[in-house]
Amino acid sequence: MTAFAYHFLFEFKTGLRNSTALLMNYLFPLAFYAMMGLIMVKINPGFANVLLPAMVIFVSLVSNLLGLPGPLVESREAGIYRSFKINGVPALSILATPTLSTIIHALIVSILIALTARPLFDGVNPTSWGAFVWITLLVVFTSGALGALIGVIATSSRSTVLLSQLIFLPSMLIGGMMIPLDLLPASVRPVSMLLPSTHAMQAYLGLAYGQATVLDPWVSVAILLASGLLAFGLAIYLFNWDSRNRVRRGHPALALLVLVPYLIGIFLG
Amino acid sequence: MIHSDIRTIPRQKRSKMDEIVLSVRDFRKTYGNFVAVAGISFEVQRGEIFGLLGPNGAGKTTTLECLEGIRKPDAGALRVLGVDSSREPHKLRNLIGVQLQTSGLPANMTVEEALKFFSAYHAVTPSFDLLGRLGLEEKRRAQYSQLSTGQQRRLSLALAIAHNPPVIILDEPTAGLDVATRAELHSLMQELKEKDTTIILATHDMAEAEKMSDRVAILLRGQIVTTGTPREITATGSGLTKISVRSEGSSLQKNGMIFPAVAQQSVQEEYAIYFSTDPGPTVTALLDYIHSQGDKLIDLRVERPSLEERFLEITNRGAAQ
Repeated sequence: MTAFAYHFLFEFKTGLRNSTALLMNYLFPLAFYAMMGLIMVKINPGFANVLLPAMVIFVSLVSNLLGLPGPLVESREAGIYRSFKINGVPALSILATPTLSTIIHALIVSILIALTARPLFDGVNPTSWGAFVWITLLVVFTSGALGALIGVIATSSRSTVLLSQLIFLPSMLIGGMMIPLDLLPASVRPVSMLLPSTHAMQAYLGLAYGQATVLDPWVSVAILLASGLLAFGLAIYLFNWDSRNRVRRGHPALALLVLVPYLIGIFLG
Repeated sequence: MIHSDIRTIPRQKRSKMDEIVLSVRDFRKTYGNFVAVAGISFEVQRGEIFGLLGPNGAGKTTTLECLEGIRKPDAGALRVLGVDSSREPHKLRNLIGVQLQTSGLPANMTVEEALKFFSAYHAVTPSFDLLGRLGLEEKRRAQYSQLSTGQQRRLSLALAIAHNPPVIILDEPTAGLDVATRAELHSLMQELKEKDTTIILATHDMAEAEKMSDRVAILLRGQIVTTGTPREITATGSGLTKISVRSEGSSLQKNGMIFPAVAQQSVQEEYAIYFSTDPGPTVTALLDYIHSQGDKLIDLRVERPSLEERFLEITNRGAAQ
């Protein structure tokens, strides 16, 4: 087994072994899904149409934005990366293995939701499962890359929570999962378009469900892909081995570059 | 060999191989306005145990971290087996094994997983026998967070030597270890030395440094103030040997005699204490005197100055300046 494979396997097991990771990867997303399926669909039957994509996006955000960055920051603060560095563990592995394992956990839960949304809660299945699958892969990748970037630039557990919630909470409120984009006030819409969940919903609705969308779904796909690649590239570039050694290749503010594709999206939209 | 402005003690006995494995030249490192290391130079030969001593903040850990490639020096060259630590840190990974002073492992990583994990990155077969040697066999399946501080340090040591590196850097290796494990570690260090492994030992434990090191360098405020074998360093201090004598009739305490080569004398409880520049004549004269007084010797102790005393002498002098 290669070192990378062993590292990935360890990170994957950590996602099940660590109680906080287990909560963020499985328990919380599945409990929320069950609650939304049982309650929200009863309150608003129209929600069944978007239950599956909305919950897949939710899973991805919880695992990657709320679950992934914390351990990255804690490991750096605890000097774990110093041990890794002197033993030849590359920075790419340090970022890629937890990100990849979190993505896999998110995909496992997404599959569970995809298999149960219709039989359990009358959720509407996509018209194109192929499009649904690749959009899901794109969404978890982008969320994972954003989570890794937050883990790299956050300096403490407190700032990790703040940065993660800066994306997570608006995504829940105005990210197209609970309230469709076309129902949002015009003044709020540009803010909504800064969120990956908005573009993920537009991509699902337009390409996997064949519905009319506010934004060009292909533009949303391009924005998600660009921001994901940019976020992961920036995470590697800004990666810092050591909390005691503040010398970085770039200022953490460079992470704001990840907003560029979304700003272009607003301009195009 | 050593920076020109520092005190150099010539080595009287060279190790069997004079190959320079590690060299530090004019190394300087600052943090803002604080000068952590102010231009030091030293070399370490193959198979040598080189002790790096100094009070907190002397620059030991900074020197080691720059040697390990964790930090970059502001100036100077640090080389391990010809590899520039700051320019080619990736090439160091299989050349050095490091037990960091402050480091950690993922809380839920088991001892066995840690050994497999780092062995995989070093592309070597995990040597599980090390776990038994360091008293960790029973903890093989225990997670890192479940280990005591001593066990965590032992694991860190096992990971540092598991890939058989030619150079090992140990930063306070025995801190938090019990007596038995400490002895085991010392024996392990001797074994490694016999296999021509070069060991850099940073420690606050002077007894350990004196016992284990072939040579030591004492750092003070980012500069090497002295270097040499422990015996050479202790010999260059005040040079006084402590002689403690206790006799049945306390005849020595009662007289005001001056004995040969005695520089200082005092009385501590039942002992007459003499500090001698030449212990041979002093001891002979003391014994003759006790005998001449019809007194009977109960205890006689001759102690050469320890590295610790010499270290305190150097650091106290440095603090006073």
